Amino acid sequence: MKNWFKSGAPWIWLNGGAVALCIVMVVGLLGLIAIRGFGHFWPADIMQTTIVDKAGVGKAILGEKVRSETIPAAVARDGGYEIGDDVELVTRYLVKEGNRDVSARDFNWYLGIGMGEWEYPENAVSIERREWGNFYGFPQQLLENGAVIASLGEETFWQELSERVERSLDIHSDISHIEKGAIGRINHKLERIRLDKRRLELQGADAATMAAAEAEFAARRAELDAQYVEVKAERDALYKLLERDTLIATVASGREVKIPLQNIVRVTRPNAMGVFGKMGQYVERFWEFLSDEPREANTEGGIFPAIFGTVTMVLVMSIIVTPFGVLAAIYLREYAKQGPVLRLIRISVYNLAGVPSIVYGVFGLGFFVYILGGSLDELFYPESLPAPTFGTPGLFWASLTLALLTLPVVIVSTEEGLSRIPTTIRQGSLALGATKAETLWKVVVPLATPAMMTGLILAIARAAGEVAPLMLVGVVKLAPSLPIDGNYPYLHLDQKIMHLGFHIYDVGFQSPNVEAARPLVYATALTLVLLIIVLNLTAIRIRNSLREKYRSASD
Amino acid sequence: MSETSPAASGTKSLMPSAQERAKLRNTRRLKDSISKWGITTAGLAVVAALGLIFFYLFSEVFPLLKDAEVEVVDSYPVAQVSSAENQYMLLERYEQIGASLTSAGTVEFFEADYGKPLVNYAVDLPAGVEMTALGKSTPNNGLIALGLSNGELLLSQISYGLTYPDDKRKITPELDYPLGETPIVMDPEGKALRAVAVQATGRGHVLAAITEDNRIQLGVYTSRKNMITGKITSNGRVFTMPGLPGDAKAQFVQVDQTARHLVVADDQAQLHTFAVDTPSNASLTESVPTGRGQVTAMEFLVGTGSLVIGTDSGSVSQWLLVRDPKNVYHVKPVRDFEGLPNAITTVSPEYTRRGFLVGDSEGYLGIYHGTAARTLLVEQVAEAGIAQLAISPINGKLLILDQAGTVQVTEVWNEHPEISFSSLWQKVWYEGRSEPEYVWQASSGGDESESKMSLVPLSLGTLKAAFFAMLFAIPLGIMGAVYTAYFMTPKMRGLVKPTIEIMEALPTVILGFLAGLWLAPFLENHLPAIFSILLLMPVMMVLVGFGWSHLPGAIRHRVSDGWEAAILIIPVLLTGWLCVAVSPHLEIWFFDGSMRQWFTNNGINYDQRNALVVGIAMGFAVIPTIFSIAEDAVFNVPRHLTQGSLALGATRWQTVIGVVLPTASPGIFSAVMMGFGRAVGETMIVLMATGNSPVVNFNIFEGMRTLSANVAVELPETAVDSTHFRVLFLASLVLLALTFIVNTCAEIIRQRLRKRYSNL
Repeated sequence: MKNWFKSGAPWIWLNGGAVALCIVMVVGLLGLIAIRGFGHFWPADIMQTTIVDKAGVGKAILGEKVRSETIPAAVARDGGYEIGDDVELVTRYLVKEGNRDVSARDFNWYLGIGMGEWEYPENAVSIERREWGNFYGFPQQLLENGAVIASLGEETFWQELSERVERSLDIHSDISHIEKGAIGRINHKLERIRLDKRRLELQGADAATMAAAEAEFAARRAELDAQYVEVKAERDALYKLLERDTLIATVASGREVKIPLQNIVRVTRPNAMGVFGKMGQYVERFWEFLSDEPREANTEGGIFPAIFGTVTMVLVMSIIVTPFGVLAAIYLREYAKQGPVLRLIRISVYNLAGVPSIVYGVFGLGFFVYILGGSLDELFYPESLPAPTFGTPGLFWASLTLALLTLPVVIVSTEEGLSRIPTTIRQGSLALGATKAETLWKVVVPLATPAMMTGLILAIARAAGEVAPLMLVGVVKLAPSLPIDGNYPYLHLDQKIMHLGFHIYDVGFQSPNVEAARPLVYATALTLVLLIIVLNLTAIRIRNSLREKYRSASD
Repeated sequence: MSETSPAASGTKSLMPSAQERAKLRNTRRLKDSISKWGITTAGLAVVAALGLIFFYLFSEVFPLLKDAEVEVVDSYPVAQVSSAENQYMLLERYEQIGASLTSAGTVEFFEADYGKPLVNYAVDLPAGVEMTALGKSTPNNGLIALGLSNGELLLSQISYGLTYPDDKRKITPELDYPLGETPIVMDPEGKALRAVAVQATGRGHVLAAITEDNRIQLGVYTSRKNMITGKITSNGRVFTMPGLPGDAKAQFVQVDQTARHLVVADDQAQLHTFAVDTPSNASLTESVPTGRGQVTAMEFLVGTGSLVIGTDSGSVSQWLLVRDPKNVYHVKPVRDFEGLPNAITTVSPEYTRRGFLVGDSEGYLGIYHGTAARTLLVEQVAEAGIAQLAISPINGKLLILDQAGTVQVTEVWNEHPEISFSSLWQKVWYEGRSEPEYVWQASSGGDESESKMSLVPLSLGTLKAAFFAMLFAIPLGIMGAVYTAYFMTPKMRGLVKPTIEIMEALPTVILGFLAGLWLAPFLENHLPAIFSILLLMPVMMVLVGFGWSHLPGAIRHRVSDGWEAAILIIPVLLTGWLCVAVSPHLEIWFFDGSMRQWFTNNGINYDQRNALVVGIAMGFAVIPTIFSIAEDAVFNVPRHLTQGSLALGATRWQTVIGVVLPTASPGIFSAVMMGFGRAVGETMIVLMATGNSPVVNFNIFEGMRTLSANVAVELPETAVDSTHFRVLFLASLVLLALTFIVNTCAEIIRQRLRKRYSNL
């Protein structure tokens, strides 16, 4: 024993334990995100039971069990519960009861003590709604213009309900198509007319030109107005159609609630579903999450605009950072005079990778947005002033800031790639009479391409996960439209965007109902983590294969 | 490349002709130089762009350091704008219109730049009565009290109406009477008023006056406007204050906005404070000598938390109303400024800041800021003594009236007086506080709140977060690195390294959100678990190791050395689970059911989002940085060194302690520095896992606010180019410089080390 200690073996085990602990933490963290994130889409069973509240009054509840925990009884007693002295630990359950329109709180903790048997009634439904969050209850009747069409118990009831929900969803999608598409386009054109007019005024056009232009603008405007009236009539007709059906349902306490069908996104009956039914539902929900727009202050619905915004921003950033990063690396490695000054520059550039990202955000906001953007506005967009075009945080500035932030990553990686290329290859090319540029572009750079790719991928991975600077330079919690659409100039670099990382921060920490948003945050986090892990693993793979390649080439 | 002679004519050659070859050579040369210049330009541009970050941040911060400047642009005689002797001069916020209040009781408006008269309003004084004193509230309220020779007081207020006919701004000056046009009787005995004071308060207007026979009167008045006739009726009472001790004669009087404190300066260089919470029962709380000579000017700064007092010796000092533990207020001198050479004649507070301007009897002008204890300017601007200083509400223009009757129009640059070394880094005695403190509270509630911009709480918060993160990350990172580089089998190393790299790439927003939404509540409910894990985990590791060494060789030899970490994974998981499972029982056995409650009962504050949470989450983010660099350093220790040591009979661990660590220590040190650099600048984790309250302590169970999180929170809501904006830039510059220096040191150490390895 003494010898064992003397040999230092305990220390080795301790060191090994540190590694084990790190691995456990990483894997545990990823597992936590994966389980919570993926679990969000599984249609949970709806349980019904009775509980006894603090005042000792019994109550029926209906909802999904979110989680449970064991707490010392003292804590519960402090919370005002009557618990016998012999009890040391109590279990409590967090139940999602939904129905924010009926009872104020949709998530409630209930003690296991005094809780009745858990039942899973087959007719219990969970209804996702456009307002007031989920509804849990039992549907009773389906009304069309106030007349009963079907009641619970009739064979056709569920069939009828799902068909009618389907119909209202179709109408909704038509309406949103009209609002986003046609009306958006008309508004965009009207705004352009206003800007054209203002531009003419600013240019100091004389009265005659002004009058002519005015007439033309008026004609164009009249035409658009006519279009608008038409489209609006169409939309209003659709809205009228939507109001047809209503569902009458009862909640756990037996109270009746009227839910207009236009308010319903999805009706599920998880207790009546088999595993395959649930899996179908799972896939559907997962797809909706990825492809839909957020609802209810981002706490429900999908994250498509955030994914789209992140991807667009990262693409624009890549377009900026790749050429500059690569050229800078080539300059540092191939052209600059090697010496103490260059060493200093190189160390500085490398160290910029370690500068806090928020500093880049501050620089981006101050220099890019206010100084560059402000000047751009004065030069090119005077007609829309004082409303800023580029003089306000937006997609382009976000991309540019991140490009600056990731420049060191690309430079370091490219330089490493360049330095790994054996000098013999370079000398061979030069010996054959190639100029320096030819050697560079035809021999060295193609060989270093994988290194550049690695750098770019790492840069993308870093940019996709970076949030702090973006909070300053162009990311918002809810962007009115996507940065790419059908209106000229198609790619709107001045527009504010949504971003996955910021979405996590915003929904998790700024939303009024954190408990309701929690699963969505986990799911969003999962999406982001997956994206970044895939990018990083790709980069690692490329780099490793590259090392192998040159190891054999230089041997 | 030498010229070769063209091939002999006659034989057909595949070689292009000499001309073509020359052309080709030229194109190639051209391409070569284009490539060279293009790349050089791009490269230098990138380097310059990165350098620009420094220069730009500095250029934004630089104006904070500049003192005030004044430049006289024009002057005209006061007679041009004032038909009788000028008593008070004012300038409005668009810096176009000045107002002059004369001893005849007229208010005359004029174009500030040229002295062209615009409108006159005559205040209706009763027949045979003249104005004997003038008092004003803090300038943002614009109240002017006229003390009359019959013991009455008339309250007036100058305001400006704004209209935009034809898209052009038009300012219409107006004169109102908040308490009606009938003067208020301040002295029922009808003696003339020698000095008057006024403030607008929550319960109406409070008025104070000193009568000719040295009585101090206090009036509290409210007014009501008849909606139909527009007539204003006022309502209130006047109280007589206790007399001053001895034969002191009151000279100046001021009353504050809470209507609880009345301050009187007498002719014997003393200040007297009255508590007037209940005016009928007012008492003299204290008489203090100024210690700086006879008071010649006394004004409240905006917000009326502090007084500026100028004396006949030219000293300028700021006095705060400070509450003692018995809830009694005292005036205390907290700051002395670089005075003026001669007796002070006038003090003119700014409208929205704690700044003020002071003039003396020989024409010297001083510009100061209270909170920052900063003297921004002392300069002689006039030949004669200064009678009036009228600064505009936006602090851009100043009218200086001297005793020779000249009005000077001056442009003022005084954008950032609030910042000084002491206001950023030292304890500051703020208004309403009982002692000097470090406070960050920059986002002001309104014009009257004092901005508190001490960077100390933020810097300490940053260091606190980094400290706890390092406490968690250093042992794990370095020990893990030593093990991975030196003991681990290559196969496992190939798995561990990518895992750690993934760990490094995890977006911090995810770590922050898990820390805030999952870890913080978890820790709160399982506090004993974290402490038991801390104790049990190492013990368990050693025990497992000991147990392993005593297993029969048949099992032991199946697993070669270097798999200790893999063996430990299951025990680590079990220990963790055990600690969490036992945690509620521990709470019941030792902490009366709740450890958190136990902490609170024992006087330790516990926030749910605290430094412990940040330490773990940020430690998680820092571990990979430390791990990668330290691992690199240990792994690259030349093999022959370690082999030599082993050959001499040292055990593996002795080799690590005696040879590997000493050789790699600079690398490990630089790893720690890099980790520290990352922890200092990390934003999202701190933003999400702490309460972001700028506290000044090192309690692990309380939160903090760091420089970076502060910038992220406050910068989007700050007015561009305001002082607050620039201070946030200063915070970023501090962060940039700090991390840059730390990283550069680490990088240089690393490069040295690499060189040393190659020499070994």
